[in-house]
Order: sequence, then structure tokens, then C-alpha cells
Amino acid sequence: MPQDTSYTHQKFNVIGTRPKRPDGIDKVTGRAKFGADTSAPGQLVGLILRSPHAHATIRKIDTSKAERLKGVKAVLTSADLPDLTDGDRAMLDILENCMARGRALYDGHAVAAVAAIDAQTAKKALKLIKVDYKVLPHVTDVDEAIKPGAPIIQDWVFTAGVEPKPKRPSNISQRTEFGHGDVEAGFAEADVIVERSYKTEQTHQGYIEPHACLASVRPDGSGELWVTTQGHFTFRNICSSLLGMDVAKLKVTASEIGGGFGGKTHVWMEPVALALSRKANRPVKLVMSRDEVFRATGPTCSTSVDVKIGAKKDGTITAATAELRYQNGAFPNIWGMLGAMTSFACYDLKNVKSIGYDILCNRPKVAAYRAPSAPMAAFGVESTMDLVAAEIGMDPVDFRIKNAAKEGTLASYGPTYGPIGIGPTLEAVKNHPHMRARLGKNQGRGMACGFWFNFGGQTCTDLNIGIDGTVTLTVGTVDVGGSRASLSLIAAEELGIPYDQVITNIADTASLGFNDMTEGSRGTFSSGMAAIFAARNAIEVLRKRAAQMWEIPVEAVVWEKGEAKAMGKKHGNLPQLSLKEIAAKAPNTGGPIAGHSEVVADNAGVSFASHICDVEVDPETGATKVIRYTVIQDAGKAIHPDYVEGQFQGGAVQGIGWALNEEYIYGEDGRLQNAGFLDYRMPVCSDIPFIDTQILEIPNPNHPYGVRGVGETSIVPPLAAIGNAVSNAVGVRLSHVPMSPPRILKALVEASGS
Amino acid sequence: MPSVLVSTTINGDAVEYACPQDETLLDSLRDRVGLTGVKEGCGTGDCGACSITLDGRLVCSCLVLGVEANGREITTVEGLSDGDKLHPLQEKFIEHAALQCGICTPGFLIAAKALLDRNPNPTVEEIRYGLAGNLCRCTGYDKIVRAVQAAAKQMRKK
Repeated sequence: MPQDTSYTHQKFNVIGTRPKRPDGIDKVTGRAKFGADTSAPGQLVGLILRSPHAHATIRKIDTSKAERLKGVKAVLTSADLPDLTDGDRAMLDILENCMARGRALYDGHAVAAVAAIDAQTAKKALKLIKVDYKVLPHVTDVDEAIKPGAPIIQDWVFTAGVEPKPKRPSNISQRTEFGHGDVEAGFAEADVIVERSYKTEQTHQGYIEPHACLASVRPDGSGELWVTTQGHFTFRNICSSLLGMDVAKLKVTASEIGGGFGGKTHVWMEPVALALSRKANRPVKLVMSRDEVFRATGPTCSTSVDVKIGAKKDGTITAATAELRYQNGAFPNIWGMLGAMTSFACYDLKNVKSIGYDILCNRPKVAAYRAPSAPMAAFGVESTMDLVAAEIGMDPVDFRIKNAAKEGTLASYGPTYGPIGIGPTLEAVKNHPHMRARLGKNQGRGMACGFWFNFGGQTCTDLNIGIDGTVTLTVGTVDVGGSRASLSLIAAEELGIPYDQVITNIADTASLGFNDMTEGSRGTFSSGMAAIFAARNAIEVLRKRAAQMWEIPVEAVVWEKGEAKAMGKKHGNLPQLSLKEIAAKAPNTGGPIAGHSEVVADNAGVSFASHICDVEVDPETGATKVIRYTVIQDAGKAIHPDYVEGQFQGGAVQGIGWALNEEYIYGEDGRLQNAGFLDYRMPVCSDIPFIDTQILEIPNPNHPYGVRGVGETSIVPPLAAIGNAVSNAVGVRLSHVPMSPPRILKALVEASGS
Repeated sequence: MPSVLVSTTINGDAVEYACPQDETLLDSLRDRVGLTGVKEGCGTGDCGACSITLDGRLVCSCLVLGVEANGREITTVEGLSDGDKLHPLQEKFIEHAALQCGICTPGFLIAAKALLDRNPNPTVEEIRYGLAGNLCRCTGYDKIVRAVQAAAKQMRKK
């Protein structure tokens, strides 16, 4: 697992080491408390009734029999959730997704909920609720949804971004366009033009922990929510707003989180749990089943993408265009826009245009999934890049190197890049031993590149120094995969003390200012930045206290290697004061010693990766096995390299599952047919080889340590890398993800004409 | 449905609980005995997060009824360590960063222990197939396999 630190010039003491994570023992002994692992006295069991129809009008819901069942304490429908959104359509969409309001928009849409004394009673009560549906025509395919005559999902949606403003509602919620130059002129200059269409199917984030929460609302209108979430402050704001509660009166505590990958950045049933608790005046525990997770919590988009790239014989790309249609589920969002923004971000292009369409279907509301929207765009673009390279007879890596974006490149989505890593990752691919490994029969090699923006956002952090000199770092970003270890390393580095002298905690919403969610690869980047500033503020206090203890001016005190040092001829002979010694005197020198920081951690630093993949395809069955896989990514400074590698490997394997097997399968009736792990098959241990990683550290100039976001980019290249590898193995271009055995066999049969 | 009194041994201790006849052992362990280290990821035996051993045999506790545990011996993740001394698998999982979110970890540890109990020196392939009943979505399995290899090596030295 090599780590190339040659780009980083800063010298660090503990940053870049691999200590044990502080929450490790709890997680290997079963002590860690996840969403479903806590209980409250007198708690009720909540359950949700869901629509079996893809699209229906709800004429009537009769809850009377359920209400009369002994042990049922509350039955809830949208009538219990009045619209308090004051014209904020996006908030109303969230509310309507949590509980249908007169219409069911997808198979699995919540229509009613109960709270009862135990699970058995709650299940019985659900069966007693009678819903009178009028079934409506539905559409679940992204291309079908924009054909004339397709059922309209939202009659208030008129396509935004087109002139003149449309007069009729449409399933296209918006059109967005990015790029620069003159693509027509660019294509006229090309020696070779390749134009291709691609499809990708819908996949789920697949976190192993289903959504779970424990809600408790008191009669005075205050309440508490324990929940598995990527962002408890955002959950607090949304839930309090939807339920008409005061923000300060709802305390949300983030449990340990059993995976999120974007899927736990949205509320799905938490407002319902709170409303049930309010109605029953008892705590309510609401835990989704896996079936509910698949049917009713956001998967990523299915897509349909057209790509056209023109190049000269010397390998210079003269023009590139993409048209990207992204299925958003039943509620409008910006996923197609993100696809359009990311599509050509890896390359330095004179003439480029990408157009994104966001499209509604009778499917669950789409949620973020790790670098949301980028993998599907990359599948189209990176597959086409290989086709163009083949047409002009150029090595696909050299072709990409020739066109790679660099510092100063005007990105296709608008900004001009600072120092970036796409070129170095490609050079590393070229030099990697993986590229020289021998391929056997039915095997093929592919590579592809990927990009993600990364996000900074609002961050608030406290650093408190205890009487014994140990340090509590309190952050508001949920730890989804080891960030407490990284943040402890950062505080230890800044203060000049050992790693195990710092303990990082995640605060509840009552204990810290607002923090954006752990999304956009921001956890370690932004809370790390805030931890550095908080530590620097604490050091200012430590210097003052040392000056006070020595009775010298503070200007004569510096902080070095965890100690206060007196400077100058007059004081230079004073023995140094350690953090522990200063902390011990705190009660007499002015009280507690702390540092705080509130920042908007902008400029997260864009991230690039290049992946290499070898596959073996069984020509009899079409089954594909990944036999060798290498991830090369620019991480900026790697704080805890183990967890950086873990992000690279985890993202790559999610991408492998997406590329080869995972997909939402809808029947003619608009119902999801594979809402379980048996039929929605994610990669298991025996499907996967070791995932080799190479960390490049091209520092982000906007972070004190050069940190970039790390977590998401690794899922961007795999679809295309595997697509290119499979295509090279079988000699036929695959253009539909997942490349499951039936699709590969079909492509082989079509190509052979038999 | 009337509850049934179940007498069982869990992690070496005699334990009694009463549960409805149609309740899964997973729910009995979590909701009646308080062993929430046993996780529910699917409830259909597909993810392995609820793995335990029942009389030494690896099972998904979501596919066993609570009443079936009567007179039998159960080991859960809470019973892996020896007092304050972690099991080598637990140590190596932490050391090798074999967990990210940690929700699948209890199931993996139980499955890995069951594997090493019957095969103390497994090949990589045997580890991968031995753990194929457990889903992990965070790690891509790489560091999990390495942690099991390291734990097996350490356990063989003893």
C-alpha cells in the first residue's frame, strides 16, 4: 500500500501515523450504540404502512379499527402533519416523502404509521388500516418518463432552465448547461469523432444498518431524538421546522452510524417518529426493515447518457459534449446538474458542453450516494475516451495524459483549477506494476479516471484542556469511518502532544453550534480545520497562563513541542512548562483552558483518482470476476493513511458491485422486485480481490495541513474502469451498467450475430 | 400468543428469558437479554450482522426462534474477550483498521472465530469464502481479510 508523500513539504510529528482508533474497543466488543441500540422507559414500537402501488390517489384512509386495537397508542396519517412549510416547496417535498399527502408516488411511499406497546401489536394494527387507493398510470424508466404521454408525476413541476418558460407541467424538472468554447467548431477540427449512448441502473448505498431512531416529545413541546444520521444538526433543523418545534427545544443525538454513504443525509421517517411520540405522549422507537430501506430510502439515480468526443490524430481532444438524463425519483433535485458538472472535469478542453436533465419517475426520492452523480457521467465519458483512443491508435493512458487538466485549466464546470492531481495519478498508473501484470485467457484490463468536488461547510468545534493535561476535542461532524482518530491526530499535532492525550467526542445538538453534515468528504477536512484553529486559540491561552506563572510578558512566551518556552536573554533560562503543568495550575491562573472555532471551511480542494482493473469474463455464462484492482488517488495530506486506504478500497468495491451486479429491478406493475440483500446482491468477500492502493499527497493550498476530501472520489472510476476491462476482455463494448451476466451474454450473442 | 420461558447459556452465564413463540432469537437477545452487540441488518439471513454461535455452530440469529435456544449454548460478540483481554481477532481488527462504521464487525468477528476454530491456518481463499455470509459495505473486505490472517498467525503461536 504505497504512499507517495513527495509532494508534501510540511514536516509532521503524528500526522501520517496509523494509531488505533478511539472507538475501536467499543466496536469490537458490541458496546458501541447504533441507531437501534438504545431504549427509553415506556417506549412504544413504531411501524409504517407503505403504498403497494407505484402511483395512486389516496381516496380515504380508515384508521378506526387500528385505533381500537388494545395496545395501540397512536395512529398517524398526513392529517397529523399539517403543512407548516410556508411555501417552501423543498421542505414540503421532504414532509410529503415522509408521509403521503393524498397521493402515493412510488412503491413503498409511507401512507400511515402506528405506535403500539410491542412489535406484535403494531404489526396487527398496520393490517387493520384500510387505505382506499385509486391506482394511476406510472412510469419508472428515465427515458420513458420524458416521452409524450408519460404520466406526469408532479403537476406543479415546469421545466426550469428553458426559454420560454413551459406552459405545461413536465417530468423534466430542470435543464442545466455547462461548458465553454465552440463545440461545433471543435468537432469540425476533429479527425475522429465517437458518439455513444449509455445507461446505468439504480443502486442503493447499501449501508448495513437500517434507519433507526428513538423519538421522545414532551407535552411542553420540547423533545429529544436519538438517530443514526450523517448530520444531526441538519436533522434537528428539518424536524423542528416540519413539526413546528423550536430549534433549541429539540435535542438530537447522533448514534454511532452503521454506514451512510449519503443515504443518511436525508430524513426519511424521523419526523414521523417525533409526531407519533407527540401524539402518544410516549417515547417511540422506529426501526426500518431492510425491505423498507430499499423501497423507501433514497437510492442513487438511474441514468441515460449520450457522449460525443472528437480528437485529432495526435490525441488532442478538439470538442466534447454530453447529454445526461438523471432519474430523481418522485421529487425534483439537482442530480443531473451534478452529473453535467462532473462529466468532463478531468480534462483540459477548449470546447466542451454538457447538458443535464433532472427527471421525475415513480421511484423513491433519490439521495446522495458517494460522489453523487459522478460515477454515471464518468462511465459514459471514460468509456468513450477509450473508444476514441482506440480509433486514433493511441494508448488509453497516454491519451488521457495528453488531455489531462492541470493547474490553471479552466474546468468544464466553471472554475480555474489550482494544484490538482489528475496528471500525477495518470503518471502513477503508467508506472504501476499492475500495468505490466500478464493477462490470461478471457481476461482484460481497463482503466478510468474520476473527479469529485469535495465540500467544506459550516463547522463548529471546541477543544477543552483537562486538569491533568488531557484534551477533549468536541466536534459536530458524525464519525462515519474513523474520523475521531484523524481529528485526535490533528489536535495532537497542533498542540505538540501524543495522540492518546486527545479524546475526540461527537457532541449532541445541545452542546455545540451548528455543523453541516458529514457529507461531501468534509468530516476530516472541515472538522480538522476547525480543530487546528481551536487548538491555536487554546495555545494562545496556554501562553498567557505560562506568562502569568512565570510573571513575564506573554510576548516572551512561545509554544513548542507541547511546551511553553520563555524567549529572550532575560527569561531564556526558565525551565519549560509542559501542557500538563500549565493545566494543573489552571484553577488559579484564570480557570478552564479552552479553544473554540467556528468556520465555514471553504475550498475543500478537488480530488482526482485513476483506477486500474483486470477482469476475467466467463464466455459461457457472462459472469465477470475482478482479479486485480488498483486505486490511485490524490488525497492531499493523508492524516491517518489506514482510513484513507479504507475509503479508497470501500469506494472501489461499491463501484465494482454497481458495475457488475447491483440494480433496482421494477416490474411492469411499478413495484420493486428485489428489495432484499438476497436479490439485490452486493459484493461479498469471496467476490473481491485485495484492492491495492496508492496515496498521492498533492497538498490543498487552502488547508493548513494540505488536506483534501478523500471519501467519495473512489466510487467514480470503477464503472468505467470495469466497463473498459470487460470490453477489452470480450472484444465487445459494454454500454449498460450493471454488466450482469445476462447483459454480457446478450452483447456477446449480438456481436457474433448468432 | 403466550410467552415461553427459555433457559439458556449465553457467553458462559445461565440466562432465562420469556419470549413469544414467533420471536426471533435476534430479537430475544437484543430486546430481552440486552445484548445489542448482535445487529440486525436484514432479518432474512443475508447479511450476517446477527451472527452468533449456537452450540458452537455459526448461525444467523434472525433465522432462529428465541424458543429454540432453550437448553443450548450461545456465544455473541459480547462473549469474545477474556475479561479485559481482547480476543486476538478483536485486537487485529482494531490494529488493521478492519472496521470503518463497525456495524458489521460483531458478525464478522463471530464468523471469523468460527472459521479459525475449525481451520486455524486458512488460505486467503478459505478466509474469503468463510466470511462470504457477512456483508460489509465500508471496507471492501481488504483489511478484514488481512486482520483475520494476522489473528490466525498470532493464535497459532500460542
